[in-house]
Amino acid sequence: MLIYFVSFVDKLWFLGLFKVWSIMKPNSFRWCCRVMLGFILMSPTLSIGQENAAEDAFSAALSNLKAGSMQERGQAIEQLAAVEKPQAVAVLQALLDGRLFNLKADGKLVIGEEVETDYKLTDAESGENLGMVERSATQKITVNNSLRTSLRKIIGRLQLNDDNAAVRLAAVSAMGQSIDDQSLALLRGQLIMEQDERVQNAIKLILGLEQLNSPDKRVRLAAIDLLKDQAGRNVVNRLNGLVEKDSDGHYLEADSDVRNQAEAALSKINSQLQAYAAIETLFFGLSLGAVLVLAAIGLAITFGVMGVINMAHGELMMLGAYTTYVTQQLMPNHLGLSLAIAVPAAFIISALAGIIIERGIIRFLYGRPLETLLATFGVSLVLQQAVRSIFSPLNRSVATPEWMSGTLQINDFLSLTWNRLYILIFCLLVFVLLLQILKRTRLGLEVRAVAQNRKMALAMGIPTGRVDALTFGLGSGIAGVAGVALSQITNVGPNLGQAYIVDSFMVVVFGGVGNLWGTLVAGFSLGIANKLLEPYAGAVLAKILVLVFIILFIQKRPRGLFPQQGRAVEG
Amino acid sequence: MLLKNDKAALSVLAVLAAISLIVPVCNLVFAPGSPLYFSSYTVSLLGKYLTFALLGMSLDLVWGYCGILALGHGAFFALGGYAMGMYLMRQIGSRGVYGDPLLPDFMVFLNWKELPWYWHGFEQFWFAAIMIFLVPGVLAFLFGWLAFRSRVTGVYLSIITQALTYALLLAFFRNEMGFGGNNGLTDFKEILGFNSQSDSVRACLLMASGLILMLAFLVSRWIVNSKLGRVVTAIRDQEMRVRFLGYRVEMFKLWIFVFAAMLAGIAGALYVPQVGIINPSEFSPLNSLEIVIWVAIGGRGTLYGAIVGAVLVNYAKTLLTGWMPEIWLFFLGATFILVTVLLPDGLVGFWQRRLQEQKQ
Repeated sequence: MLIYFVSFVDKLWFLGLFKVWSIMKPNSFRWCCRVMLGFILMSPTLSIGQENAAEDAFSAALSNLKAGSMQERGQAIEQLAAVEKPQAVAVLQALLDGRLFNLKADGKLVIGEEVETDYKLTDAESGENLGMVERSATQKITVNNSLRTSLRKIIGRLQLNDDNAAVRLAAVSAMGQSIDDQSLALLRGQLIMEQDERVQNAIKLILGLEQLNSPDKRVRLAAIDLLKDQAGRNVVNRLNGLVEKDSDGHYLEADSDVRNQAEAALSKINSQLQAYAAIETLFFGLSLGAVLVLAAIGLAITFGVMGVINMAHGELMMLGAYTTYVTQQLMPNHLGLSLAIAVPAAFIISALAGIIIERGIIRFLYGRPLETLLATFGVSLVLQQAVRSIFSPLNRSVATPEWMSGTLQINDFLSLTWNRLYILIFCLLVFVLLLQILKRTRLGLEVRAVAQNRKMALAMGIPTGRVDALTFGLGSGIAGVAGVALSQITNVGPNLGQAYIVDSFMVVVFGGVGNLWGTLVAGFSLGIANKLLEPYAGAVLAKILVLVFIILFIQKRPRGLFPQQGRAVEG
Repeated sequence: MLLKNDKAALSVLAVLAAISLIVPVCNLVFAPGSPLYFSSYTVSLLGKYLTFALLGMSLDLVWGYCGILALGHGAFFALGGYAMGMYLMRQIGSRGVYGDPLLPDFMVFLNWKELPWYWHGFEQFWFAAIMIFLVPGVLAFLFGWLAFRSRVTGVYLSIITQALTYALLLAFFRNEMGFGGNNGLTDFKEILGFNSQSDSVRACLLMASGLILMLAFLVSRWIVNSKLGRVVTAIRDQEMRVRFLGYRVEMFKLWIFVFAAMLAGIAGALYVPQVGIINPSEFSPLNSLEIVIWVAIGGRGTLYGAIVGAVLVNYAKTLLTGWMPEIWLFFLGATFILVTVLLPDGLVGFWQRRLQEQKQ
C-alpha cells in the first residue's frame, strides 16, 4: 500500500516540490519521494534512520553476494529483494543476465556492459559510471539454474511495483511463464490494485488458466467464461486439452458441462481466429499488391501515354535497388538517412536512364510498338549484364533500418511486418503524388493532352517530343523509386527486374491502359487474389492460376478493367 | 514454280542440303585427323542450329507474314521437346539408376507408385510422334481461338503470349506435374532402338533435321505463296480492310498460328535427342525473345532470313559464350537495339537493298 500511495503522491504536488532533488538524482526520483513521504508522515530523524538502514542492508546484501556458496548467494538475493531501491532491481537483473562482476583490483561489485572487447562499468551500489576496463580485470558473479528461476520471480515481483505499465505488463507475462502459488497470490493482489486495463487482462488470463485446474466445477466454468474473450495460443491449447480424449477414450475433463462450455468457448475463439487469418491474408495481399502497383505504375504511364512497351522497366527498378545499395555502402552508419537519400537518388538515376533510352532509341521507333518492345528488351539485357559486370552476379544484401524491421504484434495470432506496412504506405504516397503531378502540374496537363490526341496537342503548341522524353523520365523515375522499396523486401541482384516484369505487365493489361486508378485496383486485386489462392493451391500454382485468369480475362475485355474511352483508343 | 527466280532461297536450300548430307557422311566415313573429318561436336552443334532454324522459320510465319509478335513461341518448341523427351524416357526402361522397368527415375525418387495417365502411350514412337504435333497444336488452337476471336492484337497479344510461356515455365518447374520438375528429362539411352549417344545416330539426326527443315521450308513457302498466304499477309498490313472485305480474319490467323506451333513442336522434338536434355528453362520468356531476335536479324517475311538469322546468332552465341561469357548478353542486347533501329528488314533486307543499288 505504501508503494501505491507513494506513486500516487509523486504524481501530484511533490513533483514540483522536489524538482531540485530529482534533477540531482534523476534515477532515484521515486525514492526521493518515498523519503520525503517519511519526512511528512514521521519524524525527520526516523526517516533518515530508515534511509540509512536501507542503505546498510543494501551494501550488506551486496557484499554477501560476492562471497560464499550458492546457498549464501541465494540468501543475499532475498536480502536484496527486501531492499526497496531501484538500484537493487538493476543489480538483480544484471546478475540474471550475467553482467554482474567482481573487480579483481579492489573487490568492488560492478555492472558491466560489453563494448567491443572491453566492459563499460557502473558501480553496483551507487550506479556511478566507472569507465572502461579490460575483460580480464573482472570476475563474473555466477548463478545456477535454481537461483536463476528465483531471480526471475523476484525481479518480476519487484517490477510489478513499477510505475510504468509496460514494465508491469512484461513482468506479468514473465511470471505467466512459470507459475506457482506464490506468484499467483502476488498476481491476485496486483489485480485489485492494478489500474491499467492491459495489465489487468494479462493477469486475468493467467489466473483464468490456473483456475482451469481447480477441483471446483463452478470455478472452472467461470474460468472458461473469462477465457473465451482472450484469444491466445495458450488459451486455445488449454481449452483443446479440456475437450480431448485420452488414449483410453475417456475425456480428460470428466464433467460434461465444463466440456460443453469449453467447446462453445473454442468455437467462439476459432471464429475470431478465422477473422484474424482473413485480416492477415488481406494484409499480405495488399502488401503484395502494393509492390505490384509500385512496379506497374511507371509502366502504366509510359504505356498509356506513349503506347510504348518498355521491356527495360524491370531493369530500371533494378537500377533503383542498386542505388539504394550504393547509398548504403557510402553511409553504413546511417541506415535510415541513406534510405531517405536513396529515394530521390534512385528517382534521378532511373529517370536519367529512361530519358537517355527515350532520346537514344525509342524516339526513332514511334508508331512501331513491336519494334520498341524488342529494342527496349535489348536495353534490358545490356543493363542486366552491366550490373552483373560492375556489382558481380551475386545478390547484394541491403540492410533494413531498425524502424522497418520486425513485426507489429497485434496479438498472438496477428502480426504485421513493418517493412510491408511501410511499403504499403509508401506505395499509396507515390500513387497520390503521381496523381497530383498528372492532375495539377503543367507537365501533367501536357502529358494528358499528348495521351489523348498527339496531333492536336502538337497543333496547340505542346512540344510533344519534350513531353515524351519527360513522361518516359517520370515513368522510369517511379520505377527507380519502386526499386528502393523492393530492395527492402527482396534480394538485390541482376535478375530483380525480370522477376517483376511479367507481373507488372499483367497489372497494366488487367487494369487498362492509361488509367492510374485501373493500375491501383488491378495491382491490389491481383495481389489479394494471389494470396487468397495460395493456401489452397500453393504459391506457384496460385501464380499460374492468376496468369491464366488474366489471359482469359483479356479475351473478354481486351482493353482491361478500365478501358480508355473516346477517340484516343484507336489512335 | 515455287522457287523460280529466287536465287537467295535456292542458295539457302543448297547450303542446307550440303550441310545435312556432307557433314554427317564425312563424320562417319573419314577418320579423325583427316582434313575432311567433321567432329561429332560439330555434327551435334550443326544439328542443334538446324532445329533452331526450323523454330525461327516457324516464328517468321507468324510474325513476318501475319504480324503477330508471339513472345511465347518457345513454349511450343518446349512442348514438342517434352513429348519427345517422354518417349526417350520410356525407352530407358529398367536401365535407370533405380532400375524400375516402368517408372522413370525421378518418379521413383518422388515415391510415385504408378505412371500418371498422360505418360501412357509414350513408349510407342508413333504415339509420341503424333503428340509432337498434337500437344503444341492443341494449345495453340485453344489460345489462338480465344485471343483472335476477341480481337486481342498488338502489344497486348505479345504480352499475353509471354504470360502463357511464363505460366508454363512455372508449371513445369513443379515436381507434382510429373515432368521431372527442375531437372527435366535427361539421361536418354536409346532412340528407335539405337544408342542415342552414338556417332551414327547423331549424324542421322543432323540429316533428319536438315531434311525436315528443307521440307518445312518448301511447305511454308507454298503456303505463303498460296491464296491463303496472301490473305495472311494482307492481314498483317491492313487487318481492318481484310475484315471489311469479308474474310474471317481470326480463322486465317488461327490457321497460321497452329501450323507454326506444330512446326515449333517438331523443332523441339528434333532438338531434344541431340542435346540430350529438356528442362523447364526452355519455357523461359528470354528463350522466346531470343527466337524473335533470330528472325529480326535474318529479316522478317522471307522464311530463309529466319534460317540465316537463327544459325548466325547461335553461332555467335557459341563463340562468345565460349570465349567471353560476360560479353554475350551485351552482344545480344546491342543486336536487339541496332537491328530494330538500323536494320528493320534484317540482314536479308539489307543485302537485297545493296543488290538493287548495285543494279541501278
